[in-house]
Amino acid sequence: MNMALSEQIVIPQGNAELRLARTWAQPRGFWGWFMNVHHTAIGVRFMVTSFIFFLLGGVLAAMMRLQLSRPENGVLGPDLYNQVFTVHGSTMIFLFAVPMMFQGFGVYLVPLICGTRNIAFPRLNAFSYYLYVVGGLLLWVGLLLKTGADAGWFSYVPLSGPEFTPGKRSDFWAQMITFTEVSALGVAICIATTILRQRAPGMTLNRMPIILWEKLVISMAVIFAMPAVMVVSSMLLMDRTINTQFFNPSVGGDVLLYQHLFWFFGHPEVYIIFLPGTAIVSTLVPVFTRRHIFGYIPIVTSVVATAFLGFGVWVHHMFATGLPQMSESFFTAASLMIVVPTAVQFYCWLATIWHGRLQLKLPMLWVFGFFFVFLIGGLSGVMLASVPVDWQVHDTFFVVAHFHYVLIGGALFPMFGGLYFWIPKITGRMMNDFLGKLHFWLFFIGFNVTFFTMHFLGLRGMPRRVYTYTPEMHWGGLNMLASGGALIMVAGVIVFLVNFFQSRATGRLAGPNPWAAGSLEWAVPSPPPHYNFLELPTVNGREAVWDALPNQPIVTGVRDDIPEVLVTNSLDSEPQHKDELPGPSIWPFLTSIAVSIAFIWSIFSSWGIAYGAIPVVITLIGWLWPRGHSPAPRLETRMEGTWTR
Amino acid sequence: MDSVRQRPVLDVSDLPSVAFGRSNTTWLANVFYMMIEGTMFALLFASYFYLRTRTSSWPPIQAPPNVGYGIANGIVFLLSLIPARYAQKVAPTGNRGKIQLALAGLAVFAIVNMVLRGFELANLNCRWYENAYGSIVWSLIGLHTGHLITEFLETATLLGVSFTPKMEGTRLADVAINSDYWYFVVVSAVLVDFLIYGTTRFL
Repeated sequence: MNMALSEQIVIPQGNAELRLARTWAQPRGFWGWFMNVHHTAIGVRFMVTSFIFFLLGGVLAAMMRLQLSRPENGVLGPDLYNQVFTVHGSTMIFLFAVPMMFQGFGVYLVPLICGTRNIAFPRLNAFSYYLYVVGGLLLWVGLLLKTGADAGWFSYVPLSGPEFTPGKRSDFWAQMITFTEVSALGVAICIATTILRQRAPGMTLNRMPIILWEKLVISMAVIFAMPAVMVVSSMLLMDRTINTQFFNPSVGGDVLLYQHLFWFFGHPEVYIIFLPGTAIVSTLVPVFTRRHIFGYIPIVTSVVATAFLGFGVWVHHMFATGLPQMSESFFTAASLMIVVPTAVQFYCWLATIWHGRLQLKLPMLWVFGFFFVFLIGGLSGVMLASVPVDWQVHDTFFVVAHFHYVLIGGALFPMFGGLYFWIPKITGRMMNDFLGKLHFWLFFIGFNVTFFTMHFLGLRGMPRRVYTYTPEMHWGGLNMLASGGALIMVAGVIVFLVNFFQSRATGRLAGPNPWAAGSLEWAVPSPPPHYNFLELPTVNGREAVWDALPNQPIVTGVRDDIPEVLVTNSLDSEPQHKDELPGPSIWPFLTSIAVSIAFIWSIFSSWGIAYGAIPVVITLIGWLWPRGHSPAPRLETRMEGTWTR
Repeated sequence: MDSVRQRPVLDVSDLPSVAFGRSNTTWLANVFYMMIEGTMFALLFASYFYLRTRTSSWPPIQAPPNVGYGIANGIVFLLSLIPARYAQKVAPTGNRGKIQLALAGLAVFAIVNMVLRGFELANLNCRWYENAYGSIVWSLIGLHTGHLITEFLETATLLGVSFTPKMEGTRLADVAINSDYWYFVVVSAVLVDFLIYGTTRFL
């Protein structure tokens, strides 16, 4: 930092705490719930809601495993089975994995780790949450009304088009996409802006914790990837509702256009899901080896490279569509190249463990589970990047096994590790260690029994998305084994739920920093107050708490009578100005309702968006119209430049 | 009662409460919005050229769109940069009269743009349901029209705010940022015009 610090001065406390508590208080009661815009509340809501969707998606998975456990089983008919596997996949990707790994963890943690008092654009953040909930309900209400999407989680045309899927099933799916992607884009803007503009003084880019780097990179990936799925799902919806002809080959349309656009989003989506997992691993490994991470710069470079390369491999999902051999070769090479940055991260984690003092506590157990499971998923990915292998096992259970190893290994194992690590911060109470370990072993064993078995089913030719099979195929034994493994996984998740509710009620008090961790969220009480930091911190190293000087300076001069935050510059986090954040408001909720009405109306009427836009405009003006206090902010017309004293 | 302790501090009380230009957080969010919308336009442009490879002639059966209203609207878009730039210049001064003049001028230009856009839609020589060419042309111009209407509403709202005492501080910064988004609308208009009027004739 090139700014001078004042001499030691007297800091009055007590009254400041009361003033901050009053300024940052969030309304209570029924309507207060809808007005809350604080990032800790919204972050927890994202986590809880997405976990509920995870449980619902898990119920559908269990139904599928029950159906497939025996040949010619009659639990689910073909139509219901199609809806079940479609809604399962759509739920896990769009309603669980991204909202939990990116939005949930990101919204809750980023402002705390940055050392600021709320997320940038808190109302946009709250609005994004409500939109996400409505999108999820839309998909699930459709299923419960027997109008569940049934063309697979990527809803390929022509199957999902107007000719082969009449009715509203694919429309529900397409608008669910719009809801969830607008939500993710809104949160990406909030998170990226918070990271680039609200980091504590001293937290230069070179000192930024890796989890912030990854949240920033993922936000950028969301910003460039999500528009593709919004474009393609809108094209699908328009083909179905207003008779556009994007995918109708008889009048110049093309079904492969759908696949290109979908996978231009779909492959980066894989990284949007698993990079937050690696972010959690890069956070947990230093804490439980009691040393700074080995290879900070290689890891950050790898994260950036992974996200970048992720945009250049989408065609490997389309190897079986008859593309020219040259382009297949290019995308094989690009897909193989992506192994390199992931391997670099692996080596850096192993080196950190090797040179540290390993403490095999509960969250770290999940990190080792991640190493094992994700490695297998990555290796089968290398196999699938080869066109001949891909052709051989295309659309078989081998592919199902591969992507579950990648996604559950890359997201779910780190997620549970992260939950055991941060739930004490969120609830203020420790989780039970024995139940946590029981959960891990049940889940780890159950997962591998279920999904490793599927590799063999795929190699024996069992296609995915079939609701049953005949005894002569001899797939019954392996399917029964896989279904048994699923039961063990279910038992593991139940143990987690028991542990969560029990520890929330009677768990040992956590205190501010139960793991003796190094990032800034551990410098505040558990759970954090609404103002997050009583004294705004400055930062002296990559692990802010570990590297703090004995008398680390704090920031003063940020007002405590209005919700004001310090804005710093992107590179060096030097203070630039102060910004008053908007407070609690009902308008984000009302706007989300208006937008939801417009989106859902568009399924049933081609003029729905046009008429629905009117209440959207009204609520947006209500949202943005300035009101309330803004006690005489000093107006200075500084265009640029850094602040020095 | 306040407790008392001593620590070195970084005193930021002298820092301003409002910033214009790149250090403003809304400016950064606006850049992210433009990246999102720009990606959507880019994907539609790519889809336009992709669909073009699927037919032997382009447009397949229709005549190209009549170019007259497109050129006229393009000129109005370019001229609208004058009030947009003026708004950006006067916003930091806080001069209410000049800000109102700039925003009113920009709103008038946006209204003329929307009227001309209506004539453009009537002269595209295709309908969205006829074939993939019609679908992508209407989608391109429809997406842009959505941006045009949104930007008009934002400008009109800021103009409304400028007649209240609330036009101060961060709202002034919003006026300047609104102009940035208008630049985006103008640039995307020129590109969409090039695609639907130019490539159907010259490429």
